[in-house]
Amino acid sequence: MKVVEPIGMKHRGKVRVTGIWGFNGKTKLKIPLFTAGISAGFPSPADDFVDKTLDLNEFLIKHPAATFFVRVEGTSMIEAGIHPGDILIVDRALEPHDNNIVIAVLNSEFTVKRFRRRGDTCYLLAENPAFKPLEISGDMQIELWGVVTHVIHKV
Amino acid sequence: MEKRFALVDCNNFYVSCERVFTPGLEGKPVVVLSNNDGCIIARSNEIKQLGIKIGDPLFRWKATIKKCGGHIYSSNYTLYADMSRRVMETLASFAPDIEIYSIDEAFLPLSGLREDSCKYGRRIRHTVKKWTGIPVSIGIGPTKTLAKAAARVAKKDSACAGVFDISHHPEDILAGLDVSEIWGIGYRHARFLKRHGIRTGLDLKEIEDSWIKKHLTITGLRTAWELRGISCIPLEEVSAPKKSIMCSRSFGREVNSFDELRQAVTSYTARAAEKARRQRSAASCIHVFLIENPFVHSHFTSHAACVQLPVPSAHTPELTGYALAILERIFKPGLSFRKAGVMLTGLVPRGQVQMNLFYPGREGLRELSLMKTIDTINTRWGRDTITYAGCGIERPWGMRRARLSARFTTCWNDIPVVKAS
Repeated sequence: MKVVEPIGMKHRGKVRVTGIWGFNGKTKLKIPLFTAGISAGFPSPADDFVDKTLDLNEFLIKHPAATFFVRVEGTSMIEAGIHPGDILIVDRALEPHDNNIVIAVLNSEFTVKRFRRRGDTCYLLAENPAFKPLEISGDMQIELWGVVTHVIHKV
Repeated sequence: MEKRFALVDCNNFYVSCERVFTPGLEGKPVVVLSNNDGCIIARSNEIKQLGIKIGDPLFRWKATIKKCGGHIYSSNYTLYADMSRRVMETLASFAPDIEIYSIDEAFLPLSGLREDSCKYGRRIRHTVKKWTGIPVSIGIGPTKTLAKAAARVAKKDSACAGVFDISHHPEDILAGLDVSEIWGIGYRHARFLKRHGIRTGLDLKEIEDSWIKKHLTITGLRTAWELRGISCIPLEEVSAPKKSIMCSRSFGREVNSFDELRQAVTSYTARAAEKARRQRSAASCIHVFLIENPFVHSHFTSHAACVQLPVPSAHTPELTGYALAILERIFKPGLSFRKAGVMLTGLVPRGQVQMNLFYPGREGLRELSLMKTIDTINTRWGRDTITYAGCGIERPWGMRRARLSARFTTCWNDIPVVKAS
Protein backbone atom coordinates (compact mmCIF):
# COMPACT_ATOMS: atom_id res chain seq x y z
CA MET A 1 0.00 0.00 0.00
CA LYS A 2 1.20 3.42 -0.83
CA VAL A 3 0.80 6.17 1.74
CA VAL A 4 -0.21 9.36 0.06
CA GLU A 5 1.81 12.31 1.18
CA PRO A 6 -0.21 15.20 2.62
CA ILE A 7 -0.40 17.73 -0.12
CA GLY A 8 0.93 21.13 0.71
CA MET A 9 2.64 19.97 3.89
CA LYS A 10 5.96 18.98 2.39
CA HIS A 11 9.08 19.98 4.19
CA ARG A 12 12.25 20.80 2.43
CA GLY A 13 14.68 17.93 2.25
CA LYS A 14 13.53 15.62 4.98
CA VAL A 15 9.94 14.43 4.91
CA ARG A 16 8.26 14.62 8.29
CA VAL A 17 5.36 12.23 8.79
CA THR A 18 2.55 14.24 10.35
CA GLY A 19 -0.17 11.70 9.79
CA ILE A 20 -1.54 9.15 7.41
CA TRP A 21 -4.10 10.66 5.14
CA GLY A 22 -5.58 7.74 3.27
CA PHE A 23 -4.03 5.44 0.78
CA ASN A 24 -4.14 4.61 -2.86
CA GLY A 25 -4.91 0.91 -2.95
CA LYS A 26 -4.23 0.62 -6.65
CA THR A 27 -0.46 0.35 -6.53
CA LYS A 28 2.08 -1.07 -4.20
CA LEU A 29 5.28 0.38 -3.02
CA LYS A 30 7.51 -2.63 -2.61
CA ILE A 31 10.13 -2.32 0.06
CA PRO A 32 12.57 -5.23 0.17
CA LEU A 33 13.41 -5.81 3.78
CA PHE A 34 15.47 -8.95 4.18
CA THR A 35 16.89 -10.04 0.88
CA ALA A 36 19.30 -12.41 2.58
CA GLY A 37 18.01 -14.96 5.07
CA ILE A 38 18.49 -14.00 8.68
CA SER A 39 19.73 -17.23 10.15
CA ALA A 40 21.65 -19.09 7.46
CA GLY A 41 24.98 -18.33 5.81
CA PHE A 42 26.67 -15.02 5.19
CA PRO A 43 24.60 -11.91 4.58
CA SER A 44 24.58 -10.77 0.96
CA PRO A 45 27.25 -8.11 0.36
CA ALA A 46 24.63 -6.19 -1.68
CA ASP A 47 22.38 -5.67 1.35
CA ASP A 48 23.93 -2.31 2.16
CA PHE A 49 22.90 -1.04 -1.25
CA VAL A 50 19.26 -2.10 -1.15
CA ASP A 51 17.00 0.71 -2.24
CA LYS A 52 13.25 0.79 -2.61
CA THR A 53 11.87 -0.37 -5.96
CA LEU A 54 10.87 2.32 -8.43
CA ASP A 55 7.27 3.44 -8.42
CA LEU A 56 5.96 5.07 -11.61
CA ASN A 57 3.09 6.77 -9.75
CA GLU A 58 5.55 8.54 -7.51
CA PHE A 59 7.47 9.75 -10.57
CA LEU A 60 4.53 10.83 -12.74
CA ILE A 61 1.89 12.02 -10.27
CA LYS A 62 2.50 14.98 -7.98
CA HIS A 63 -1.14 15.56 -6.89
CA PRO A 64 -2.94 12.19 -6.72
CA ALA A 65 -6.30 13.71 -5.70
CA ALA A 66 -6.23 16.07 -8.68
CA THR A 67 -4.81 13.74 -11.32
CA PHE A 68 -6.95 12.13 -14.03
CA PHE A 69 -6.26 10.02 -17.11
CA VAL A 70 -7.81 10.70 -20.52
CA ARG A 71 -7.51 9.03 -23.94
CA VAL A 72 -6.70 10.93 -27.16
CA GLU A 73 -8.78 10.78 -30.31
CA GLY A 74 -7.55 12.55 -33.47
CA THR A 75 -4.28 13.82 -34.93
CA SER A 76 -4.22 17.57 -34.27
CA MET A 77 -1.48 17.32 -31.62
CA ILE A 78 0.78 14.93 -33.48
CA GLU A 79 3.75 17.32 -33.65
CA ALA A 80 3.72 17.60 -29.88
CA GLY A 81 4.18 13.84 -29.73
CA ILE A 82 0.52 13.17 -28.88
CA HIS A 83 -0.92 10.41 -31.05
CA PRO A 84 -4.40 8.93 -31.38
CA GLY A 85 -4.98 6.32 -28.67
CA ASP A 86 -2.36 7.78 -26.30
CA ILE A 87 -3.20 8.27 -22.64
CA LEU A 88 -2.57 11.70 -21.11
CA ILE A 89 -1.90 12.38 -17.45
CA VAL A 90 -3.84 15.50 -16.48
CA ASP A 91 -3.12 17.46 -13.29
CA ARG A 92 -5.94 19.83 -12.32
CA ALA A 93 -3.96 21.31 -9.43
CA LEU A 94 -1.58 23.15 -11.79
CA GLU A 95 -2.25 26.67 -13.11
CA PRO A 96 -2.11 26.75 -16.90
CA HIS A 97 0.96 28.71 -18.04
CA ASP A 98 2.01 29.92 -21.45
CA ASN A 99 3.06 27.02 -23.68
CA ASN A 100 1.44 24.30 -21.52
CA ILE A 101 -0.60 21.57 -23.14
CA VAL A 102 -4.10 21.72 -21.66
CA ILE A 103 -7.46 20.03 -21.70
CA ALA A 104 -10.10 22.61 -22.60
CA VAL A 105 -13.86 22.34 -22.89
CA LEU A 106 -15.00 23.46 -26.37
CA ASN A 107 -18.62 23.00 -27.51
CA SER A 108 -19.29 20.66 -24.57
CA GLU A 109 -16.37 18.41 -25.54
CA PHE A 110 -12.94 17.82 -24.06
CA THR A 111 -10.17 18.88 -26.43
CA VAL A 112 -6.40 18.88 -26.07
CA LYS A 113 -4.55 22.02 -27.19
CA ARG A 114 -1.38 24.06 -26.69
CA PHE A 115 -2.13 27.09 -24.48
CA ARG A 116 -0.51 30.38 -25.58
CA ARG A 117 -0.72 33.72 -23.85
CA ARG A 118 0.31 36.93 -25.64
CA GLY A 119 -0.45 39.96 -23.51
CA ASP A 120 -4.18 39.93 -22.78
CA THR A 121 -5.03 37.48 -25.53
CA CYS A 122 -4.97 33.72 -25.15
CA TYR A 123 -4.79 31.16 -27.92
CA LEU A 124 -5.49 27.47 -28.16
CA LEU A 125 -3.19 26.01 -30.79
CA ALA A 126 -3.09 22.68 -32.56
CA GLU A 127 0.25 21.02 -33.23
CA ASN A 128 -0.52 20.06 -36.80
CA PRO A 129 -0.45 22.55 -39.72
CA ALA A 130 -3.79 21.22 -40.97
CA PHE A 131 -5.60 22.78 -37.98
CA LYS A 132 -6.23 26.48 -37.32
CA PRO A 133 -5.42 28.20 -34.02
CA LEU A 134 -8.30 29.45 -31.88
CA GLU A 135 -8.20 32.91 -30.35
CA ILE A 136 -9.93 33.37 -27.00
CA SER A 137 -11.34 36.87 -27.02
CA GLY A 138 -12.69 38.69 -23.97
CA ASP A 139 -16.32 37.56 -24.09
CA MET A 140 -15.60 33.92 -24.93
CA GLN A 141 -16.16 31.48 -22.08
CA ILE A 142 -13.66 28.68 -22.21
CA GLU A 143 -13.05 26.32 -19.35
CA LEU A 144 -9.53 24.98 -18.96
CA TRP A 145 -10.13 21.59 -17.35
CA GLY A 146 -6.56 20.64 -16.51
CA VAL A 147 -2.90 20.72 -17.49
CA VAL A 148 -1.34 17.76 -19.31
CA THR A 149 1.88 16.65 -17.61
CA HIS A 150 2.81 13.43 -19.46
CA VAL A 151 1.89 11.34 -22.49
CA ILE A 152 1.76 7.57 -22.25
CA HIS A 153 2.56 6.34 -25.75
CA LYS A 154 3.05 2.73 -26.78
CA VAL A 155 5.95 2.34 -29.21
CA MET B 1 -8.33 27.54 23.45
CA GLU B 2 -11.62 28.26 21.76
CA LYS B 3 -12.81 25.43 19.56
CA ARG B 4 -13.77 25.86 15.95
CA PHE B 5 -15.04 23.41 13.35
CA ALA B 6 -15.78 23.56 9.65
CA LEU B 7 -18.28 21.32 7.91
CA VAL B 8 -17.49 20.90 4.24
CA ASP B 9 -20.51 19.69 2.28
CA CYS B 10 -20.40 18.87 -1.45
CA ASN B 11 -23.18 20.58 -3.43
CA ASN B 12 -25.53 18.13 -5.18
CA PHE B 13 -22.67 15.64 -4.98
CA TYR B 14 -23.82 12.87 -7.37
CA VAL B 15 -24.92 15.42 -9.98
CA SER B 16 -21.63 17.32 -9.60
CA CYS B 17 -19.65 14.08 -10.18
CA GLU B 18 -21.51 13.49 -13.45
CA ARG B 19 -20.90 17.10 -14.50
CA VAL B 20 -17.12 16.88 -14.07
CA PHE B 21 -16.87 14.32 -16.87
CA THR B 22 -19.73 15.42 -19.12
CA PRO B 23 -19.10 19.14 -19.64
CA GLY B 24 -22.37 19.80 -21.51
CA LEU B 25 -24.33 19.24 -18.29
CA GLU B 26 -23.32 22.55 -16.68
CA GLY B 27 -26.43 24.70 -16.22
CA LYS B 28 -28.78 21.94 -17.41
CA PRO B 29 -31.31 20.09 -15.20
CA VAL B 30 -29.80 16.77 -14.06
CA VAL B 31 -31.13 14.00 -11.79
CA VAL B 32 -29.55 10.82 -10.46
CA LEU B 33 -31.77 7.82 -9.71
CA SER B 34 -31.80 5.29 -6.87
CA ASN B 35 -30.86 1.64 -7.31
CA ASN B 36 -33.08 0.07 -9.98
CA ASP B 37 -33.75 3.51 -11.47
CA GLY B 38 -36.90 3.98 -9.40
CA CYS B 39 -36.69 7.29 -7.53
CA ILE B 40 -34.85 10.58 -7.78
CA ILE B 41 -32.07 10.75 -5.17
CA ALA B 42 -29.97 13.70 -6.36
CA ARG B 43 -30.99 16.91 -8.09
CA SER B 44 -29.24 19.82 -9.72
CA ASN B 45 -30.41 23.31 -8.69
CA GLU B 46 -32.38 23.58 -11.95
CA ILE B 47 -34.32 20.44 -10.95
CA LYS B 48 -34.96 21.78 -7.43
CA GLN B 49 -36.47 24.92 -8.99
CA LEU B 50 -38.99 22.75 -10.85
CA GLY B 51 -40.35 21.63 -7.46
CA ILE B 52 -39.12 18.04 -7.82
CA LYS B 53 -38.47 16.47 -4.40
CA ILE B 54 -35.91 13.91 -3.22
CA GLY B 55 -37.51 10.46 -3.31
CA ASP B 56 -40.09 11.30 -5.97
CA PRO B 57 -40.61 8.42 -8.41
CA LEU B 58 -39.10 9.05 -11.84
CA PHE B 59 -42.25 8.23 -13.79
CA ARG B 60 -44.03 11.25 -12.32
CA TRP B 61 -41.46 13.72 -13.63
CA LYS B 62 -39.88 11.98 -16.62
CA ALA B 63 -41.83 13.97 -19.23
CA THR B 64 -41.17 17.30 -17.46
CA ILE B 65 -37.43 16.62 -17.23
CA LYS B 66 -37.24 15.60 -20.91
CA LYS B 67 -39.22 18.62 -22.01
CA CYS B 68 -36.79 21.10 -20.44
CA GLY B 69 -33.75 19.35 -21.91
CA GLY B 70 -32.80 17.60 -18.66
CA HIS B 71 -30.55 14.56 -18.20
CA ILE B 72 -31.26 11.41 -16.20
CA TYR B 73 -28.56 9.14 -14.75
CA SER B 74 -28.52 5.82 -12.88
CA SER B 75 -26.41 5.98 -9.72
CA ASN B 76 -22.75 5.28 -10.50
CA TYR B 77 -21.41 4.51 -7.02
CA THR B 78 -17.99 3.50 -8.34
CA LEU B 79 -17.50 6.99 -9.71
CA TYR B 80 -18.97 8.76 -6.66
CA ALA B 81 -16.79 6.78 -4.24
CA ASP B 82 -13.62 7.67 -6.17
CA MET B 83 -14.56 11.35 -6.41
CA SER B 84 -15.37 11.35 -2.68
CA ARG B 85 -11.91 9.94 -1.95
CA ARG B 86 -10.35 12.75 -4.01
CA VAL B 87 -12.35 15.45 -2.20
CA MET B 88 -11.42 14.01 1.23
CA GLU B 89 -7.75 13.73 0.25
CA THR B 90 -7.76 17.36 -0.84
CA LEU B 91 -9.42 18.43 2.45
CA ALA B 92 -6.82 16.49 4.42
CA SER B 93 -4.19 19.02 3.37
CA PHE B 94 -6.11 21.83 5.11
CA ALA B 95 -6.37 20.48 8.66
CA PRO B 96 -4.33 18.20 10.91
CA ASP B 97 -7.08 15.58 10.87
CA ILE B 98 -10.52 15.31 9.35
CA GLU B 99 -13.67 13.36 10.14
CA ILE B 100 -15.24 11.87 7.04
CA TYR B 101 -18.88 12.11 8.03
CA SER B 102 -20.50 10.74 4.87
CA ILE B 103 -19.70 10.27 1.19
CA ASP B 104 -20.06 14.02 0.63
CA GLU B 105 -19.42 15.67 4.03
CA ALA B 106 -16.42 16.09 6.31
CA PHE B 107 -15.69 17.95 9.55
CA LEU B 108 -12.39 19.82 9.82
CA PRO B 109 -10.98 21.10 13.13
CA LEU B 110 -10.00 24.75 12.72
CA SER B 111 -9.11 25.53 16.36
CA GLY B 112 -6.00 27.66 16.53
CA LEU B 113 -6.37 28.90 12.97
CA ARG B 114 -4.52 32.21 12.73
CA GLU B 115 -6.09 33.66 9.62
CA ASP B 116 -9.68 34.78 9.07
CA SER B 117 -11.90 31.69 9.04
CA CYS B 118 -14.02 32.78 6.08
CA LYS B 119 -10.93 33.55 4.05
CA TYR B 120 -9.55 30.10 4.88
CA GLY B 121 -12.91 28.55 3.98
CA ARG B 122 -12.90 30.28 0.62
CA ARG B 123 -9.43 28.92 -0.05
CA ILE B 124 -10.58 25.38 0.78
CA ARG B 125 -13.58 25.83 -1.48
CA HIS B 126 -11.51 27.15 -4.36
CA THR B 127 -8.94 24.34 -4.08
CA VAL B 128 -11.51 21.51 -3.92
CA LYS B 129 -13.31 22.93 -6.96
CA LYS B 130 -10.11 23.36 -8.94
CA TRP B 131 -8.54 20.01 -8.06
CA THR B 132 -11.60 17.77 -8.27
CA GLY B 133 -14.25 19.84 -10.08
CA ILE B 134 -16.67 19.42 -7.16
CA PRO B 135 -18.33 22.58 -5.74
CA VAL B 136 -18.66 22.64 -1.93
CA SER B 137 -20.34 24.75 0.77
CA ILE B 138 -18.57 25.37 4.05
CA GLY B 139 -20.14 26.12 7.44
CA ILE B 140 -17.94 27.27 10.31
CA GLY B 141 -18.85 27.40 14.01
CA PRO B 142 -17.65 26.78 17.58
CA THR B 143 -19.37 23.35 17.66
CA LYS B 144 -20.11 20.65 15.10
CA THR B 145 -23.87 21.26 15.43
CA LEU B 146 -23.45 24.99 14.74
CA ALA B 147 -21.04 24.30 11.85
CA LYS B 148 -23.71 22.08 10.36
CA ALA B 149 -26.33 24.85 10.72
CA ALA B 150 -23.89 27.32 9.17
CA ALA B 151 -23.38 25.03 6.18
CA ARG B 152 -27.10 25.22 5.42
CA VAL B 153 -26.85 29.00 5.26
CA ALA B 154 -23.70 28.81 3.13
CA LYS B 155 -25.54 26.63 0.64
CA LYS B 156 -28.85 28.51 0.55
CA ASP B 157 -27.80 32.16 0.73
CA SER B 158 -25.97 33.13 -2.44
CA ALA B 159 -24.57 36.25 -0.73
CA CYS B 160 -22.22 34.00 1.29
CA ALA B 161 -20.49 32.69 -1.83
CA GLY B 162 -20.41 29.23 -0.32
CA VAL B 163 -18.78 30.01 3.04
CA PHE B 164 -20.51 31.09 6.26
CA ASP B 165 -19.21 31.53 9.81
CA ILE B 166 -22.04 31.38 12.36
CA SER B 167 -19.90 32.58 15.32
CA HIS B 168 -20.89 36.26 15.11
CA HIS B 169 -24.70 36.14 15.14
CA PRO B 170 -25.80 32.59 15.99
CA GLU B 171 -29.19 33.82 17.35
CA ASP B 172 -30.32 35.26 14.00
CA ILE B 173 -29.62 31.99 12.23
CA LEU B 174 -31.01 29.71 14.94
CA ALA B 175 -34.28 31.68 15.00
CA GLY B 176 -34.78 30.72 11.37
CA LEU B 177 -33.73 27.08 11.80
CA ASP B 178 -36.59 24.60 12.10
CA VAL B 179 -35.96 22.02 14.88
CA SER B 180 -36.35 19.19 12.37
CA GLU B 181 -33.34 20.58 10.52
CA ILE B 182 -31.01 20.57 13.52
CA TRP B 183 -28.23 18.01 13.35
CA GLY B 184 -28.99 15.21 15.82
CA ILE B 185 -32.72 15.88 16.14
CA GLY B 186 -34.61 13.04 14.49
CA TYR B 187 -38.06 13.07 12.97
CA ARG B 188 -39.80 11.81 16.10
CA HIS B 189 -38.10 14.20 18.50
CA ALA B 190 -38.79 17.11 16.14
CA ARG B 191 -42.51 16.29 16.20
CA PHE B 192 -42.44 15.97 19.98
CA LEU B 193 -40.68 19.34 20.38
CA LYS B 194 -43.13 21.09 18.07
CA ARG B 195 -46.05 19.75 20.10
CA HIS B 196 -44.46 21.50 23.07
CA GLY B 197 -44.09 24.76 21.19
CA ILE B 198 -40.37 24.42 20.52
CA ARG B 199 -40.10 25.22 16.84
CA THR B 200 -36.68 26.68 16.15
CA GLY B 201 -33.06 26.20 17.11
CA LEU B 202 -33.31 29.32 19.23
CA ASP B 203 -36.27 27.85 21.21
CA LEU B 204 -34.36 24.63 21.88
CA LYS B 205 -31.25 26.50 22.94
CA GLU B 206 -33.12 28.27 25.71
CA ILE B 207 -34.95 25.30 27.27
CA GLU B 208 -33.93 24.12 30.72
CA ASP B 209 -31.37 21.29 30.85
CA SER B 210 -33.45 19.06 33.13
CA TRP B 211 -36.47 19.16 30.82
CA ILE B 212 -34.38 18.31 27.75
CA LYS B 213 -32.56 15.52 29.53
CA LYS B 214 -35.83 14.03 30.73
CA HIS B 215 -37.49 14.02 27.33
CA LEU B 216 -34.67 13.83 24.80
CA THR B 217 -32.06 11.96 26.90
CA ILE B 218 -28.42 12.95 27.16
CA THR B 219 -28.04 13.05 23.37
CA GLY B 220 -30.64 15.81 23.13
CA LEU B 221 -28.97 17.71 25.93
CA ARG B 222 -25.66 17.53 24.11
CA THR B 223 -27.32 19.02 21.04
CA ALA B 224 -28.77 21.89 23.12
CA TRP B 225 -25.35 22.64 24.63
CA GLU B 226 -23.78 22.56 21.20
CA LEU B 227 -26.36 25.14 20.04
CA ARG B 228 -25.20 27.32 22.95
CA GLY B 229 -21.66 27.13 21.57
CA ILE B 230 -20.25 24.56 24.02
CA SER B 231 -18.54 21.81 22.08
CA CYS B 232 -19.64 18.35 23.36
CA ILE B 233 -19.33 16.19 20.27
CA PRO B 234 -15.67 15.62 19.49
CA LEU B 235 -14.21 14.89 16.11
CA GLU B 236 -14.19 11.18 15.30
CA GLU B 237 -11.06 10.69 13.32
CA VAL B 238 -10.92 6.98 12.80
CA SER B 239 -14.10 5.15 12.00
CA ALA B 240 -14.33 2.07 14.21
CA PRO B 241 -14.63 -1.25 12.38
CA LYS B 242 -18.29 -2.01 11.77
CA LYS B 243 -20.03 -4.39 14.17
CA SER B 244 -22.20 -5.81 11.41
CA ILE B 245 -22.07 -5.85 7.64
CA MET B 246 -25.10 -5.90 5.43
CA CYS B 247 -25.38 -6.51 1.73
CA SER B 248 -28.86 -6.32 0.27
CA ARG B 249 -30.33 -5.14 -3.00
CA SER B 250 -33.69 -4.89 -4.66
CA PHE B 251 -34.03 -7.02 -7.76
CA GLY B 252 -34.50 -5.47 -11.18
CA ARG B 253 -37.72 -7.45 -11.49
CA GLU B 254 -39.75 -9.93 -9.44
CA VAL B 255 -37.94 -13.16 -8.68
CA ASN B 256 -39.66 -16.41 -7.79
CA SER B 257 -37.30 -19.20 -8.78
CA PHE B 258 -35.03 -20.79 -6.21
CA ASP B 259 -32.11 -20.83 -8.65
CA GLU B 260 -32.16 -17.09 -9.14
CA LEU B 261 -32.45 -16.46 -5.41
CA ARG B 262 -29.52 -18.80 -4.87
CA GLN B 263 -27.42 -16.73 -7.28
CA ALA B 264 -28.40 -13.49 -5.56
CA VAL B 265 -27.71 -14.81 -2.05
CA THR B 266 -24.36 -16.25 -3.20
CA SER B 267 -23.25 -12.91 -4.65
CA TYR B 268 -24.39 -10.91 -1.62
CA THR B 269 -22.57 -13.33 0.69
CA ALA B 270 -19.40 -12.99 -1.38
CA ARG B 271 -19.65 -9.20 -1.22
CA ALA B 272 -20.32 -9.13 2.54
CA ALA B 273 -17.45 -11.56 3.23
CA GLU B 274 -15.12 -9.40 1.15
CA LYS B 275 -16.10 -6.35 3.21
CA ALA B 276 -15.50 -8.30 6.43
CA ARG B 277 -12.03 -9.35 5.24
CA ARG B 278 -11.20 -5.78 4.28
CA GLN B 279 -11.71 -4.64 7.88
CA ARG B 280 -9.93 -7.80 9.13
CA SER B 281 -13.00 -9.22 10.82
CA ALA B 282 -14.60 -12.62 10.99
CA ALA B 283 -18.36 -13.15 11.41
CA SER B 284 -19.88 -15.24 14.21
CA CYS B 285 -23.37 -15.22 12.78
CA ILE B 286 -24.93 -15.01 9.31
CA HIS B 287 -28.48 -13.85 8.56
CA VAL B 288 -30.36 -14.20 5.28
CA PHE B 289 -33.65 -12.53 4.47
CA LEU B 290 -36.11 -12.36 1.57
CA ILE B 291 -38.72 -9.65 1.11
CA GLU B 292 -41.90 -10.36 -0.80
CA ASN B 293 -43.17 -8.02 -3.44
CA PRO B 294 -44.92 -5.29 -1.40
CA PHE B 295 -47.25 -4.43 -4.26
CA VAL B 296 -48.95 -7.82 -4.03
CA HIS B 297 -49.96 -7.68 -0.37
CA SER B 298 -49.66 -3.91 0.02
CA HIS B 299 -47.26 -4.49 2.89
CA PHE B 300 -43.74 -5.87 3.27
CA THR B 301 -43.59 -9.52 4.24
CA SER B 302 -40.15 -10.76 5.03
CA HIS B 303 -38.71 -14.20 5.63
CA ALA B 304 -35.51 -14.45 7.60
CA ALA B 305 -33.33 -16.80 9.58
CA CYS B 306 -29.79 -16.92 10.90
CA VAL B 307 -27.09 -19.40 11.79
CA GLN B 308 -24.44 -19.16 14.50
CA LEU B 309 -21.07 -20.29 13.14
CA PRO B 310 -19.09 -22.84 15.18
CA VAL B 311 -15.94 -20.76 14.60
CA PRO B 312 -16.11 -17.15 13.34
CA SER B 313 -15.10 -16.98 9.70
CA ALA B 314 -14.68 -14.68 6.71
CA HIS B 315 -14.12 -17.52 4.24
CA THR B 316 -16.57 -17.03 1.38
CA PRO B 317 -17.20 -20.73 0.50
CA GLU B 318 -17.93 -21.55 4.13
CA LEU B 319 -20.27 -18.57 4.61
CA THR B 320 -21.99 -19.35 1.30
CA GLY B 321 -22.67 -22.89 2.50
CA TYR B 322 -24.48 -21.57 5.57
CA ALA B 323 -26.29 -18.85 3.64
CA LEU B 324 -27.69 -21.34 1.14
CA ALA B 325 -28.77 -23.69 3.91
CA ILE B 326 -30.75 -20.79 5.43
CA LEU B 327 -32.17 -19.87 2.04
CA GLU B 328 -33.48 -23.42 1.56
CA ARG B 329 -35.26 -23.16 4.86
CA ILE B 330 -36.90 -19.78 4.30
CA PHE B 331 -37.73 -20.13 0.59
CA LYS B 332 -41.38 -20.82 -0.19
CA PRO B 333 -42.33 -21.83 -3.73
CA GLY B 334 -45.07 -19.80 -5.36
CA LEU B 335 -44.14 -16.47 -3.75
CA SER B 336 -42.49 -13.65 -5.66
CA PHE B 337 -39.69 -11.67 -4.06
CA ARG B 338 -38.49 -8.13 -4.54
CA LYS B 339 -35.36 -8.07 -2.45
CA ALA B 340 -32.88 -10.33 -0.69
CA GLY B 341 -30.10 -9.62 1.74
CA VAL B 342 -27.27 -11.12 3.73
CA MET B 343 -26.04 -9.74 7.05
CA LEU B 344 -22.92 -10.72 8.99
CA THR B 345 -23.05 -9.99 12.70
CA GLY B 346 -20.95 -10.64 15.78
CA LEU B 347 -17.88 -9.44 13.91
CA VAL B 348 -14.67 -10.11 15.81
CA PRO B 349 -11.11 -9.11 14.92
CA ARG B 350 -9.45 -11.80 12.84
CA GLY B 351 -6.69 -12.32 15.38
CA GLN B 352 -9.09 -12.96 18.28
CA VAL B 353 -11.14 -15.81 16.86
CA GLN B 354 -12.12 -18.25 19.60
CA MET B 355 -11.32 -21.80 18.45
CA ASN B 356 -13.74 -24.64 18.94
CA LEU B 357 -12.57 -27.87 20.50
CA PHE B 358 -15.03 -30.04 18.59
CA TYR B 359 -14.87 -28.28 15.25
CA PRO B 360 -11.52 -27.44 13.72
CA GLY B 361 -12.89 -24.66 11.47
CA ARG B 362 -12.29 -24.59 7.76
CA GLU B 363 -10.20 -21.51 7.58
CA GLY B 364 -6.60 -22.66 7.45
CA LEU B 365 -3.62 -20.94 5.91
CA ARG B 366 -4.46 -22.22 2.43
CA GLU B 367 -7.98 -20.77 2.66
CA LEU B 368 -6.67 -17.45 3.95
CA SER B 369 -4.23 -17.08 1.08
CA LEU B 370 -6.88 -18.10 -1.47
CA MET B 371 -9.23 -15.35 -0.25
CA LYS B 372 -6.38 -12.87 -0.15
CA THR B 373 -5.46 -13.69 -3.75
CA ILE B 374 -9.03 -13.31 -4.97
CA ASP B 375 -9.45 -10.00 -3.13
CA THR B 376 -6.18 -8.67 -4.55
CA ILE B 377 -7.16 -9.60 -8.11
CA ASN B 378 -10.62 -8.06 -7.73
CA THR B 379 -9.19 -4.87 -6.27
CA ARG B 380 -6.70 -4.47 -9.06
CA TRP B 381 -8.80 -5.52 -12.06
CA GLY B 382 -12.26 -4.53 -10.95
CA ARG B 383 -15.04 -6.19 -9.01
CA ASP B 384 -16.10 -9.68 -10.17
CA THR B 385 -12.94 -10.29 -12.19
CA ILE B 386 -12.88 -13.55 -10.26
CA THR B 387 -16.30 -14.56 -9.09
CA TYR B 388 -18.08 -17.66 -7.81
CA ALA B 389 -19.93 -19.76 -10.39
CA GLY B 390 -22.82 -19.87 -7.93
CA CYS B 391 -23.37 -16.14 -8.43
CA GLY B 392 -24.59 -16.84 -11.94
CA ILE B 393 -23.31 -15.40 -15.22
CA GLU B 394 -26.21 -13.48 -16.72
CA ARG B 395 -27.93 -12.45 -13.49
CA PRO B 396 -31.35 -11.61 -14.91
CA TRP B 397 -32.39 -10.55 -11.38
CA GLY B 398 -29.67 -7.89 -11.25
CA MET B 399 -30.14 -4.18 -10.71
CA ARG B 400 -31.66 -2.04 -13.41
CA ARG B 401 -29.15 0.63 -14.31
CA ALA B 402 -30.15 1.69 -17.79
CA ARG B 403 -28.66 5.17 -17.65
CA LEU B 404 -25.30 4.45 -16.09
CA SER B 405 -22.40 6.76 -16.93
CA ALA B 406 -18.89 5.35 -17.43
CA ARG B 407 -16.39 4.55 -14.67
CA PHE B 408 -14.31 7.55 -15.77
CA THR B 409 -11.69 7.29 -13.05
CA THR B 410 -11.48 3.62 -12.12
CA CYS B 411 -11.46 1.62 -15.36
CA TRP B 412 -8.92 2.03 -18.20
CA ASN B 413 -11.53 1.31 -20.86
CA ASP B 414 -13.83 4.03 -19.50
CA ILE B 415 -11.48 7.02 -19.12
CA PRO B 416 -12.74 10.22 -20.77
CA VAL B 417 -11.91 10.81 -24.43
CA VAL B 418 -10.32 14.12 -25.46
CA LYS B 419 -10.57 15.32 -29.04
CA ALA B 420 -7.47 16.29 -30.95
CA SER B 421 -9.25 17.55 -34.01
